[in-house]
Amino acid sequence: MEPGGAAMAAAGCCLRPFSCERGLLSRPDGSAAFVQGDTSVLAGLYGPAEVRGSKESPERATLEVLLRPKVGLPGVGERSREQLLRQTCEAVVLGALHPRTAITLVLQVLSDAGSLLSCCLNAACMGLLDAGLPLSALFCGVTCALDAQGAIVLDPTTRQEQEARAVLTFAIDSTEKKVLMATTRGSCSVEEMQQCLVAAQRAADTIFQFYRDSACRRYSKS
Amino acid sequence: MATAFKTVEPLEYYRRFLKENCRPDGRELGEFRATTVNIGSITTADGSALVKLGNTTVICGVKAEVAAPAVDSANKGYIVPNVELPSLCSTRFRSGPPGEEAQAASQFIADVIENSQIIAKEDLCIANGKLAWVLYCDIICLDYDGNILDASVFALLAALKNVQLPSVTINEETGLSEVNLKQKNPLVIRKHPVATSFAIFDDTLLIVDPTAEEEDLATGTVTVVTDEEDRLCSVHKPGGSPLTGAKLQDCITRAITRHKEVKKLIDKVTKSIKPN
Repeated sequence: MEPGGAAMAAAGCCLRPFSCERGLLSRPDGSAAFVQGDTSVLAGLYGPAEVRGSKESPERATLEVLLRPKVGLPGVGERSREQLLRQTCEAVVLGALHPRTAITLVLQVLSDAGSLLSCCLNAACMGLLDAGLPLSALFCGVTCALDAQGAIVLDPTTRQEQEARAVLTFAIDSTEKKVLMATTRGSCSVEEMQQCLVAAQRAADTIFQFYRDSACRRYSKS
Repeated sequence: MATAFKTVEPLEYYRRFLKENCRPDGRELGEFRATTVNIGSITTADGSALVKLGNTTVICGVKAEVAAPAVDSANKGYIVPNVELPSLCSTRFRSGPPGEEAQAASQFIADVIENSQIIAKEDLCIANGKLAWVLYCDIICLDYDGNILDASVFALLAALKNVQLPSVTINEETGLSEVNLKQKNPLVIRKHPVATSFAIFDDTLLIVDPTAEEEDLATGTVTVVTDEEDRLCSVHKPGGSPLTGAKLQDCITRAITRHKEVKKLIDKVTKSIKPN
């Protein structure tokens, strides 16, 4: 387990302590567990592997994302999140290098204590990194909540999300800090959205530094 | 010759047009297709609307039923949206249980209703803790030519504005509900959310109101939903090409002007069918 808490305290931003464990499953080609405060998601990645019939594409690898909730069966909400996650991954995975193959990413929610989607994004990215797939950039997820006074709360807990006027989740790419994915709940003004985006981009720096440290530690060992 | 070129190199074909700031169908990059709306097209529904965005055709019917409200929100009714993309509307959909796109669209519509507070759910309450309205909003695509989300949100709004609910009273003595079908009241629409979608071409160019063909060739899409106070009800960018904050701002500015156009259209249509 590699904690990202120290780097976070140094940067002075207010993400919850986060950590990541990589390569903890033996069967998948890549796996990672990402923990943000009390929220944790386990990612397992298979691929590039054989593709099933109709999904085969002659030009690029077919990406499939499965999001499993902690209890019960996946519903419409999970399906819509799967779409967000899949299209975010598709934007960074260099799928053209593996035509006629399938890449399957399975995300299992271990516990949900707020900012679940951003935790899923981070786990997905670490899973892709662990599998060693060619990527054009890395990405990270940051959730921002706007409370009743309009103050920005980064990486909110479930309670903070419920009390918030609006909750915005962004996926930020590592090369130019652009927005890969955005989704919002509740309503906010245009200025508030831009402020949240700037805050998310700043927080993304901390997460990317953590990714870098984590990769350094993993590959520098003899 | 042009058709052969289009079949062989569709992306290059589009690029040549976009370089000249226009599209193969003659539109400019920031131009919507002709939008038409027909309100009250289904007489058996409590409210309905048919919206056309170019070839894209979406119909929305609202069916009202009464039910007991949930225990934890005794003074609230329900709104149940559902988007259907039947195999009738395009070759890309198979019959059977709803596919990913239909489910994602349903979730998006549910989010827009929740985020914008288009209707206060308290308004749907008939008797606290006993009886409340359930509005089933079924949105069905009849012809799929891209930009289904904009058309769906517009159809939903127009259909809800068309809803006439009979007045229901609870008889104090018997405890039974009495429906007066002669006296009908319109719903109170609190906000008017309007969606505007963009396709991202070659990671940089933004084109508004993409057709199905443009959606397939594009590297990403963005949908912005605003209300009449210019607040954002939803910024939905499901992956795809990364965008800067400034580009996102451009989308929002365009969405705000689109809101005014749509609001004007819907006001004109509702006024025209009102019996004087």
